[in-house]
Amino acid sequence: MLKSGPILAIAILLGPVLCGIIATVLPAFGYLPVLGQHDFSFEAFQKLFQQPAIVTSIILSLTTGLGTTFVALAVVIAFVSGWYGTRSFARLQHLISPLLSVPHAAAAFGLAFLIAPSGFLIRLISPWATGVTRPPDVLILQDPMGLAMMAGLVAKEIPFLLLVTLAALPQTQANQSRYVTQTLGYGATAGFILTTWPLVYRQIRLAVFAVIAYAASVVDVAVILGPSTPSTLSVRLTQWMSDPDISLRFMASAGALLQLTTVIATIAIWIVLEKIFAKLRNTIVSKGTRFANDGVLRQASLSVLVLFVVLVFAGLFVLALWSLAGFWAFPNALPQNLTLMNWTRVYPSIVSPLMTTLMTGLFATAIAILLSLACLERETRAGHKGGSNALFLIYLPLIVPQVSFVFGLQVFFLWLGLDATWLALVFVHLIFVLPYVFLSLSDPWRAWDKRYQFMAFGLGASPNRVFWKVRLPMLLKPVLVAAAVGFAVSIGQYLPTVLIGAGRLPTITTEAVALASGGNRRIVGVYAFLQMVLPFLAFALAAGIPALLFKNRKGMRATP
Amino acid sequence: MTGLALQNVQISLQSKLLLDITTTVEPGGTLTVMGPSGVGKSSLLAYIGGFLDPAFSASGKVVLNGKDITTLPPQSRGTGILFQDPLLFPHMSVGENLLFAVPQNIKGEERVHHIEEALARVGLEGYSNRDPATLSGGQKARVALMRVLLSQPSVLLLDEPFSKLDADRRGQIRELVFVEAKQQNLPTILVTHDEDDAMAAGDQLIQLTQL
Repeated sequence: MLKSGPILAIAILLGPVLCGIIATVLPAFGYLPVLGQHDFSFEAFQKLFQQPAIVTSIILSLTTGLGTTFVALAVVIAFVSGWYGTRSFARLQHLISPLLSVPHAAAAFGLAFLIAPSGFLIRLISPWATGVTRPPDVLILQDPMGLAMMAGLVAKEIPFLLLVTLAALPQTQANQSRYVTQTLGYGATAGFILTTWPLVYRQIRLAVFAVIAYAASVVDVAVILGPSTPSTLSVRLTQWMSDPDISLRFMASAGALLQLTTVIATIAIWIVLEKIFAKLRNTIVSKGTRFANDGVLRQASLSVLVLFVVLVFAGLFVLALWSLAGFWAFPNALPQNLTLMNWTRVYPSIVSPLMTTLMTGLFATAIAILLSLACLERETRAGHKGGSNALFLIYLPLIVPQVSFVFGLQVFFLWLGLDATWLALVFVHLIFVLPYVFLSLSDPWRAWDKRYQFMAFGLGASPNRVFWKVRLPMLLKPVLVAAAVGFAVSIGQYLPTVLIGAGRLPTITTEAVALASGGNRRIVGVYAFLQMVLPFLAFALAAGIPALLFKNRKGMRATP
Repeated sequence: MTGLALQNVQISLQSKLLLDITTTVEPGGTLTVMGPSGVGKSSLLAYIGGFLDPAFSASGKVVLNGKDITTLPPQSRGTGILFQDPLLFPHMSVGENLLFAVPQNIKGEERVHHIEEALARVGLEGYSNRDPATLSGGQKARVALMRVLLSQPSVLLLDEPFSKLDADRRGQIRELVFVEAKQQNLPTILVTHDEDDAMAAGDQLIQLTQL
């Protein structure tokens, strides 16, 4: 049974991506037997490139992918290099990690409610400072360059990149390098970037690619914060894919391939940038420039990081406030009264999406945990781990843009007669939950002191007994944290839910995004607040259950 | 034939031979393997115990009381081991740690009787419900010793088990371990870089150097 774990996991990671891409390529060239089309042609592509402002949409995807990743990574590098090992670093790290669990859409709504022309920030300073008594007519949200969208993405990707960087640091002797470079007269930032960063980057490169691909093809954040004249390529694709006019599907398939090509091009540009920066670094190293005075840079990196963290937290607070707001006229900073009426009014229509959200999240997470445990346990028993190919497979569903293969997957499910079923929904969530669960669990699992196992074997315990009585209980906390990560990922899934559910299996997330254009902040507040609370509850349980079970075991409190 | 026989046991790492040993350790006898760190002392114990890292390559036979155990799975070899750290399972109480080791053919009340007797033997009566993390270093070492003995091993492997103890505890625990091993007539292999350990063990000594 354990043997089938890795095979199943590989099938789940690789199969849907391949099937989905095949089922995208064929209709893109006019072949879709389900709709009676058997002739190959370039018609879909011709139609695609005749769409108004399609080039703008492509460029928008490209700049969002590059811009988001560049800014987020720059902030992370500057912060880690300037502050690693300090007390502020540890404090901020604790503050930032919960942000990882906030779904993208909830963070985007929070930011929108903050910075909109009628948003919270302008209310705070009006009318006494600005003199305005009506929302000013400026395009802050949905600006044509996509800056608001990028800000929202950067705020969410900083925690992710920071976390993968932190996971990579122990393998780099960062502390010794810092000591050496500083005694040689290098500033903290320069010393880190010149010596430790290359070692870190080698380990997190796939995660960076995943961020590029995500930002270049995201749908929900782009709907909430992104431009609409025109929208990003991914948003327009999604509209065509869900259009009742079935003939649009061919163009949508062609568009999905275009999106895939755009993401590949974006990553290619990034790789060129990598080379340029490596050259630059070598030049600096050979010149021996010290950059000893980096005080301003350190302060700046800290300020920018704190700014983004505060933005997200403030946004979540404003979401909660709107969900409870009674009468709240512009430009009042606070609502006149708080009420539960928004909640009671939404309640009847929220139960069903909430149940779908919970059941899908729970099942997808449970399967992902079982598979990850099977793979890791097999790895432990075999005594060696998968190479870099295995890591690439895990990242595959995160690097290939969702919109490029999930649509094809929908066609595939249609063919199997599984379209718009709950089973299909769980499966498609599993594709994205599994990589995160595995990545989150594998580090603590591999770091576990194997001598406990040798000890237990010596005491006569069988491999199964060691697993159930020793390894699993000792690693209960990381297992539950991985489950919470998986659950949070499932809650956040927008595009796969919309496409595979075909609108018939709404979740909290799809409902919230669908309400975005309606502009009813109270209702959106309720949905987005739920979206943010569910993962938070999962993480609270992941911390609480082991604490309760092992409350008289001091040795279990230190992370194993 | 009783005792532990090592027949042409060779262990190498990246085609570099680390050790080549042929010897027999009588029941109640001790083989001490000494050498600086990095010469592969611990890999010998890992090979006997059946958990040698696949990065090493090894050959030769391990015969325990006349039975070739070289290819047996680690849990069926009867090789009790003590590491530098006591490695008490942190999620179990002291008593649960000991119960984990008691062989399964001992049932019911008898199991509890066994562990209480073991605790009493090392002066830890009434410690059964304690959290192992709250014990002192010496107490942990004594529980770890009792745990390995309760599993009724056929050989005792010691991987520098005294090196992390305070100087004043050290001699005491070392004495206790050797006395218990002798009493149970166990062949013992001690891996150490400490001269005092080797002196206390007496008996056979193999000095490993960088080959």
